[in-house]
Amino acid sequence: MSHEICAPRYASLRFLRSGARMKSIIPILTVVVAILLVWYAAAVWKNSKWTYDQAARAGVEVSFGELVADTWAQDRPVVPAPHQVIVEMWQTTVNKKISSKRSLVFHGWITLSATVLGFFIGTGLGILLAVGIVFNRAMDMSVMPWAIASQTIPIIAIAPMLVVVMNTIGATDFLGQDTAEALFGSQPAFMKGLLPKAVIAAYLSFFPVVVGMVKGLRAPDSMQLDLMRTYNAGGFASFWKLRLPSSMPYLFTSLKIAMAAALVGAIVAELSASPIRGLGGRMLSGSYYGQTIQIWAALIGAAVLAAVLVGLIGVLQRVTLKRMGMAR
Amino acid sequence: MSEETVISAKNLDLTFQTNDGPVHALKDVNLDIDKGDFVSFIGPSGCGKTTFLRTIAALEHPTGGTLSVNGMTPDEARRKRAYGYVFQAAGLYPWRTIAGNIKLPLEIMGYSRAEQEEHVNSVLELVDLKGFGKKFPWQLSGGMQQRASIARALAFDADILLMDEPFGALDEIVRDHLNEQLLALWARTEKTIGFVTHSIPEAVYLSTRIVVMSPRPGRITDVIESTLPKERPLDIRDSAEFIEIAHRVREGLRAGHGDEA
Repeated sequence: MSHEICAPRYASLRFLRSGARMKSIIPILTVVVAILLVWYAAAVWKNSKWTYDQAARAGVEVSFGELVADTWAQDRPVVPAPHQVIVEMWQTTVNKKISSKRSLVFHGWITLSATVLGFFIGTGLGILLAVGIVFNRAMDMSVMPWAIASQTIPIIAIAPMLVVVMNTIGATDFLGQDTAEALFGSQPAFMKGLLPKAVIAAYLSFFPVVVGMVKGLRAPDSMQLDLMRTYNAGGFASFWKLRLPSSMPYLFTSLKIAMAAALVGAIVAELSASPIRGLGGRMLSGSYYGQTIQIWAALIGAAVLAAVLVGLIGVLQRVTLKRMGMAR
Repeated sequence: MSEETVISAKNLDLTFQTNDGPVHALKDVNLDIDKGDFVSFIGPSGCGKTTFLRTIAALEHPTGGTLSVNGMTPDEARRKRAYGYVFQAAGLYPWRTIAGNIKLPLEIMGYSRAEQEEHVNSVLELVDLKGFGKKFPWQLSGGMQQRASIARALAFDADILLMDEPFGALDEIVRDHLNEQLLALWARTEKTIGFVTHSIPEAVYLSTRIVVMSPRPGRITDVIESTLPKERPLDIRDSAEFIEIAHRVREGLRAGHGDEA
């Protein structure tokens, strides 16, 4: 029966899939073009009031061409035009030194460090809670309702309280002042005020991991669990050899959500943390001074960051599951 | 109960408590299985044949009567890893290769690396899957996967092999082939085999004894000793003797149904 190998079938499938990926570019581009059109139209519509006011004050008439040109080039537009945001992003990334307080890379790095630290804390906590829920009946009954309740509290309300509390007990910087000075000479900028932000990021990111991992660790069916019993396998062996590997697809799916949630948490925390830094800080100071272009640039920067982080987990997922033989 | 008896059930009862009231899965089951026997359990769904096999494996616990496996309680026997169990689905881990899957019980039972390799190689040969150790389950057909799962159950040298409709999901041609191989394997290893099926030809072809069961309550209605020789080519199924035994099994099944028809 050695002719039953069917590997070539999958090779042809893979070819089909890459063909499908090429085809999917057209719909994506269509959506992008549609968004840009709406965006430019919205810029004209929302910014026209300022243009008309200025013209009235100067006592001149504006033609439609002048209106469009002006609404797409204001200093403090209500809605900045896409190219203004792109120029701002270019100016604050490529044309600024990374150490500058005006560099989007600098602020992005600060948000990234809080996001990643919070993500790891949240993921670790989430996995531990899930293991507890699956193996301990008391935790199964008690933890989940609290986990759900924790997510119903608006993060925007908790974040400032947490920042204040952690400030008063002095738990804000990643390293103590002495340790930091011994290691780096001074406290690196991104470590300042890192902890409250990471905690808030973790607060948002543990939940999807708990839910996903509980489902994943319970994925083995009764037959697979019975098989383990016929081997007289203990809880440890069936966790390590059956439940944990079975949960991998679930884990990666929840990690993607957790990463996005951690970024949201970090940005929200930055709205109330001090010093005002990071992408959230950029949005906040932009709104103080009416710098809408700066806000939008920070917003797009956050979106790019999220896409990269989630994309990285996607790559990790594909590599891991492929090595485990679970993805074809 | 002779000296050679490995599995012995006396007045065995098993009642499941369900929301619709108690269900008598097994009632007053008496059966001795001797060393080296190939015993098939046949009957309609709900007759308790799978439940009886699971009770031997200590996956279910009887509510009355006694059951001994290798002279121990089923639970003790399970802890001593007295049997290998083959389920209806192969249930191979998709993240392990075929060899990795067969190693699974060996790893859990603490065999050394060298022993693991040795056992894997010998059982792969036994189920005719030599050279497929490095493949992943999805690269094999359903029949090959089921053979791999039999290899996994054989890997740790248990004397008893319990099989719960192992070929039920396979087509008839593959099934014939696997039946032939299973007989060869049984002849080579001299294991005691308990085999659940709902196919009369399969039961008659494979078994030294056929246990006919009937439902509500699940009970044994007939035990048929096969008169077929140990050497059984596939065309033995056309012999008069084979047809005679199959007829008896069918009669037994019909009698079991008689009280409700």
